[in-house]
Amino acid sequence: MGKVMLDVRELTTKYITRFGEDVYAVDHVSLAIEEGRSLGVAGESGCGKSTLALSLMGYYFPPLYYTSGDIIIDDNNISGMDPDEVRKSILGREIAYIPQAALNALNPTQKIIHFIEDVVRAHDPTATKQEIYDMAKGLFESLGLPAEVLQKYAVELSGGMKQRTVIAISVILKPQVLIADEPSSALDVTSQKMVIKMLRNLMDNGYIKAMIFITHELPLLYNVTDDIMVMYAGQIVEKAGAHDAVFDPLHPYSKGLMGSIIVPEEGLRDVKLAAIPGVPPNLKNPPSGCRFAARCKYVRPECRVYSVPLREIGNGRSYRCVISEEELRDIYAREAQENG
Amino acid sequence: MADKRKSCLSGKGVTKVFGFGRTRTVAVNNVDFDFKEGEVISIVGESGSGKTTLAKMLLGLISETEGDIYFQGEKRDISSHGKRKAYWQQIQAIFQDPFASFNIFNKIDSVLLDCINMRGGGRLPYEQKVEMMTEACSFVNLKFEELTNKYPFELSGGQQQRLMIARIFLLKPKILLADEPTSMIDACSRATILDYLLQLRDEVGMTPIFITHDIGLAYYVSDTVYIMEKGVFVESGSADEVILHPKQPYTQRLINDVPKIYEEWDLSTV
Ligand SMILES: Nc1ncnc2c1ncn2[C@@H]1O[C@H](COP(=O)(O)OP(=O)(O)OP(=O)(O)O)[C@@H](O)[C@H]1O
Ligand SMILES: Nc1ncnc2c1ncn2[C@@H]1O[C@H](COP(=O)(O)OP(=O)(O)OP(=O)(O)O)[C@@H](O)[C@H]1O
Ligand SMILES: [Mg+2]
Ligand SMILES: [Mg+2]
Repeated sequence: MGKVMLDVRELTTKYITRFGEDVYAVDHVSLAIEEGRSLGVAGESGCGKSTLALSLMGYYFPPLYYTSGDIIIDDNNISGMDPDEVRKSILGREIAYIPQAALNALNPTQKIIHFIEDVVRAHDPTATKQEIYDMAKGLFESLGLPAEVLQKYAVELSGGMKQRTVIAISVILKPQVLIADEPSSALDVTSQKMVIKMLRNLMDNGYIKAMIFITHELPLLYNVTDDIMVMYAGQIVEKAGAHDAVFDPLHPYSKGLMGSIIVPEEGLRDVKLAAIPGVPPNLKNPPSGCRFAARCKYVRPECRVYSVPLREIGNGRSYRCVISEEELRDIYAREAQENG
Repeated sequence: MADKRKSCLSGKGVTKVFGFGRTRTVAVNNVDFDFKEGEVISIVGESGSGKTTLAKMLLGLISETEGDIYFQGEKRDISSHGKRKAYWQQIQAIFQDPFASFNIFNKIDSVLLDCINMRGGGRLPYEQKVEMMTEACSFVNLKFEELTNKYPFELSGGQQQRLMIARIFLLKPKILLADEPTSMIDACSRATILDYLLQLRDEVGMTPIFITHDIGLAYYVSDTVYIMEKGVFVESGSADEVILHPKQPYTQRLINDVPKIYEEWDLSTV
């Protein structure tokens, strides 16, 4: 077993809304990522993926608040740490984050190299222009980005090039862990592929030691990460290796998600995609039973009463459902047969 | 194949040029098309290929530099305010960027109420309007009760996109122009929403035009696919023909670059 780079135990965080209500968008989430591995996070819009990313960095500002749990990065427990301290010693160095709207993160009227100088100097005020340039050039070239980009302004770059530049800059301080939130969803397929190739490069060449990749595009996760975690209404509902998550999902929500993948492959037009009608519960007052019960085809009376714990079933897999593994597989196999 | 269906929206030599001199860009270059009533169309192309520019011309938001657009077989006339309003009764859009699409001073209920009013439902009893809005929201997996009194900017990106689509179920336009309508919506909800949109086609004869770089989506929903490269339609035909047997290398590349799960996704091509 490799060294655990990021160990999160029972992390719970909340938003306090303008009406003073608590919204628990990350609810008792536990995860561990070993050195050299990557974790994908999937789930419906609003299930808490971006909030999880923010929470993992230990950097909280209103309306988001830390409630309980531990975040251990490289043997260093950062939960409850002072935000200023987190900004100085953790962000960018231990853990780097590419936010969902990163395309707008670069100042359009600043040359890329000047932006990089600011980032590096914030951590190492003694670095010279030449040192920073050499380091940036080396990094960009090894990632397949032309060094000329360094002399350009953000407005001069296409969307795909801008996104790859943002990613390169995010690893300039050699963070251990990189969290990328929908880094390619706004790009066309070719630029998206370049971004994915670059992220895989970062892992393969040891620039970063672990990665969390957030997206609602399952085919992407399947091609990028070792493991996949599915969230529903602030909770983890399933964790598995990427192949199992896609081809042998257990939780009824993950099953639905996997069954609705659209790929341009023959026969797709004739299949009926799995659709899950209904809406997720309001996180202000989630139901006491299973959070997915109201939309679940296989719901049982007890599901609406008791909350369901995440069950570990070996091989690093776990899922949150009262129905046994074997029975779920039987149900899915029968359905597949009925649908031809 | 002679198509006997009535023409809904068509164009001859449609062109859009932005800027002059060194900054001159031909965003759409002399395109011809004929969209039939009730036909599901997709326009697919990489970033910057001119899709949104064409959509804006079809909507009449920007004028074409050259060429003509025909609506239901007649040359489109949107020269006066009244004519433009009448045209917009027939054609509606879902835009790429939901964050920019709503007036930030309008609450969500009024966004939806406006749609009912536009369709002449202004005098309906309020309870009936609520019923209509609740139903429209349910088609896009939103709960109307949880939206009242909120502003659009208080929703997540995916939720705003759904709200845009909910409007369409109230407006029931003859033509729907959907520019990357589901880019922020997860696969499961996307399947539900697409199915309801296609039902609307059957119900009111709506002609949906999807604009996207998601060739999987185009394949799943459309009858006819147009492939756009640098402002030009380089290939068009039935979805099966174009996507399963692409002739142009550009189309082949768009297909190859989509992440796959059943086949190897070759990263060495970029
Ligand atoms: N500032 C806020 N105040 C109150 N609630 C919020 C705030 N920001 C987000 N939320 C709520 O927290 C929940 C989780 O939001 P989050 O942005 O983490 O979702 P997500 O899974 O990243 O969604 P998407 O796929 O749309 O990006 C949502 O239900 C959202 O409504
Ligand atoms: N208002 C404008 N002024 C000048 N150039 C423009 C304008 N709008 C678009 N362009 C240019 O026209 C070309 C086509 O742009 P368009 O937005 O139509 O592409 P698109 O296919 O919709 O791309 P995307 O997939 O990124 O949305 C691009 O080169 C763009 O820079
Ligand atoms: Mg998010
Ligand atoms: Mg566009």
